[in-house]
Amino acid sequence: MDIIVCVKRVPDTSETDLAIDKGGKDIQKGDLDYDINDWDRFAVEEAVLIKEKAGGKVTMVTVGDEDAEEMLREGLARGADEAFLLSDESFEGSDGYVTASILAAFLKQRSYDLVLTGTLADDDCGGQLGGMLAAMLGVPVATLVHKVDVKDGTVAVTRELEAGLSETLDIDLPAVVSVATGINEPRFVSIRAVRKVASIEIPTVDREELGLDEAAVGSAGAKVEIETVFLPPEGEGAEIIAGSPVDAAVRLAEILKEKGGIA
Amino acid sequence: MTLLEPADVPLAGIPAPIVAAIILLVAIAIFSYVMLRRIQLLRAVLPDPRLSEIGRRIWLALVYGFGQARQPRYLGAGIMHILLFAGFVILSLRSLTLIGRGFSSTFHLPLMGGGVGFVYDVFKDYVVLVVLVVCIVAIVRRAVFKPTRYQHTGNSEGHGAEAYVILGMVSALMITDLIYDGSAMAVRGHTFSPALFPAATLGAALMGNANESSLRVLHVAGYWAHILVFFTLLNYLPISKHFHVITAIPNVFFAKLNKGSIKPVRWGVDDWMELEECGAGRFEQFTWKHVLDFYSCADCGRCSDNCPASTVGRALSPRMISIKARDYAYEHYPVFGANKDPGDKPFTGNIVTEQEIWACTTCGACEQECPIFIEYIDKIVDMRRYLVEQGEMPASLQKPLQQIKKKGNAYGATKTKRAEWTKALEGVQVKELQQGDATDTLFFVDSCGSFDPRIQEISKSFARILNRSGVEFGILGKDETDSGNEIRRLGEEGLFEQVSSKNIEAFRARAFREIVAFDPHAFNVIRNDYPVKFPVTHASQMLARFLEQGKITLKGDYLAGRLVTYHDPCYLGRHNGVYDEPRAVLGRIPGMRLREMHRSFTRSFCCSGGGPLLWYENEEEKERMGERRVKMAAEIGAQVIVTACPFCLINLEDAVKTTGNEGKIEVIDMVELVDRYLA
Repeated sequence: MDIIVCVKRVPDTSETDLAIDKGGKDIQKGDLDYDINDWDRFAVEEAVLIKEKAGGKVTMVTVGDEDAEEMLREGLARGADEAFLLSDESFEGSDGYVTASILAAFLKQRSYDLVLTGTLADDDCGGQLGGMLAAMLGVPVATLVHKVDVKDGTVAVTRELEAGLSETLDIDLPAVVSVATGINEPRFVSIRAVRKVASIEIPTVDREELGLDEAAVGSAGAKVEIETVFLPPEGEGAEIIAGSPVDAAVRLAEILKEKGGIA
Repeated sequence: MTLLEPADVPLAGIPAPIVAAIILLVAIAIFSYVMLRRIQLLRAVLPDPRLSEIGRRIWLALVYGFGQARQPRYLGAGIMHILLFAGFVILSLRSLTLIGRGFSSTFHLPLMGGGVGFVYDVFKDYVVLVVLVVCIVAIVRRAVFKPTRYQHTGNSEGHGAEAYVILGMVSALMITDLIYDGSAMAVRGHTFSPALFPAATLGAALMGNANESSLRVLHVAGYWAHILVFFTLLNYLPISKHFHVITAIPNVFFAKLNKGSIKPVRWGVDDWMELEECGAGRFEQFTWKHVLDFYSCADCGRCSDNCPASTVGRALSPRMISIKARDYAYEHYPVFGANKDPGDKPFTGNIVTEQEIWACTTCGACEQECPIFIEYIDKIVDMRRYLVEQGEMPASLQKPLQQIKKKGNAYGATKTKRAEWTKALEGVQVKELQQGDATDTLFFVDSCGSFDPRIQEISKSFARILNRSGVEFGILGKDETDSGNEIRRLGEEGLFEQVSSKNIEAFRARAFREIVAFDPHAFNVIRNDYPVKFPVTHASQMLARFLEQGKITLKGDYLAGRLVTYHDPCYLGRHNGVYDEPRAVLGRIPGMRLREMHRSFTRSFCCSGGGPLLWYENEEEKERMGERRVKMAAEIGAQVIVTACPFCLINLEDAVKTTGNEGKIEVIDMVELVDRYLA
């Protein structure tokens, strides 16, 4: 079972006060720390778990710059066998569609049984890559998958639906599966584990090697143009409930009843 | 009347000295072989240098080994043990003499003839009775009163029966001695006052109705029974939990001397990163001293009785680690037969479970209590190192550690904002020391003091105090990284090296006289674990000094007559022996009414731990440690709990709320309290 996992490096915005940069089309990223997209961490872990059970090889791939190496090394430490960095100056400004086509170009050059991605990226929350990638490759896709069971030639995936429902699908391989967070418990990757994979070479693949036209990548190839990025205006109606815990609880219950939150 | 001595009575036609020689040789041969097997295992496992500071080690062996100084921490059982041990030492001379009497009826040890021997014989006769009484009391105590401390938890089969075997054998030794001497006295009559030989007199009285020929038989039979029991006992020791009779004093001699520190990943290895495996996953990855600990555990249960994790219902019971490990050792390295291969079932995770391993807060209560200095923290850390290597780490701890790796603090905050808290200070300038700067005191704020809104209050208080004292001080600001105390104790050695080397680099780039930290964890790790040594002080020590020197004076009525208790933080008290300075500071506070909790000083009760442990979620516990602690404070009627650790503060403040004591008990850090009283 050869599995290719597509991952993305995203800024950690959880504990920071975000600011919009001068152009008004992005946030200021200078002071931000970057890490693997949380959803993708689960995808890599799932790939390694499948490999540990069924054998095969796990390959990681990302579109980005050399700063992505740390993320890829962590994936190798987690148990991936090899990692590729798809990088080219012309990729700057790529949207989800272009990123999918770059990844598709890479995938078409290789053999694989299963492609895993996270369903969503924490930064732009597009949630489109898995589907577009599958379309470009002409293979089936399942998203928001929280259970993967690889069989002979097919894969059974369980998807989260509305209202707590789940469905299980049996899809033919090769396929693209976009996983949900919580599909597994990602193992802890220690500093030593990363150190141990320090000697594994991470090849960089550029646009030409992927056989892509310059006009098809980066902002030139992008189908989406960001008009403006802004912080949501401060709303009204927030109330800090003062008083003793008992009084506060009474007041909270009142509000919830008023607004129809509880019967 | 004549009485034939055992040496002069052939047994089944064989001269007694030959029988004595055979018994002696067989017993010693078996004993030597068993000991050889035990020592072979010690030699097969990992090295551990334990020969530094010989003088201090001899002192330890004298005070805590022969002196049994930790025994009276449990007063009743302790006194009984001291009596038994003293009896054991005193009667060992008697045992040697009796062995010799199998060869010659007039045998005595060198210098033990004549007057000295007579005085000894009188003395030992009293000791025999004392030991017998203690054994009977101990048997009754175990059988009737069943102290909970002796009960086993978990799935290990109990070893309680062994206690009865040993107590029975020791009693048998005393009784056979009594028969041997008593029968002689009954035949020969009293040569001396009965008060001189109470055991013999008692024996004679008990056999008063026997005729002379029976007494002759009893005299010889009592002797041989004594010899047989003695050698059986000797050989029982190394196959039971009573091995401690032999190993305890060496175990104390080889005790860990540098308290508060964690052992390196592997002794004698320069670059542990290059090791094939790290930590203790297989049994053979413990050090020889750790295996000697396993051999030595007497299953007394004092560690678990004091373990906060055990107390609140977590899976951990420290002594079960020793008991299970010894069972494992004896099963896989048997006295007879080939060593057993465990296959692909590693020791760590199977024999000792992950739940047990992660339940420990490293508070050190177990190690403090063990009468023979068995260590637990280093073993747990070694097992964690193995688990971390396998990618196993409780989910609740992964995030904070990831944050430390990325950002140098568990709070996920940007490191450039480490000095932000100083902006809220009024009238106090806190200097962010740049590379090359010099100051007197380097205030190590640590991540908690920089980012936790509650703990920032302590940072501010301490800055005000430092400012008032007139001492020149500064902080590292953005160049500071998490101190790493818990990181190392959670088994993530690589990350510990990363954060500690960043801090060391930051320290080296600045000139200062001393480092001060109000978090005992930071204080401990810099003092005991950092590979480069810097002078470091805990805030409570510095406050005591300021007050002593008159650099600050206290005035006010914040406590307003409320009853105060002091909670000793584990990493200040047990791990670093700082008990007096915090109390000296409290003593200087006007109107202080201090009452100690039942558990205080070395017996303080952990609040559930610091650093990333603040995020740790345990599913087994029935109660939070902090809640238990607050109840202890409530028990003595305390209205204020003063502590000297920011994590104790957070845990106890939470517990005050969850135990319904809000408004009744206030928790305050010593630094904040002093700040409130700054004149």
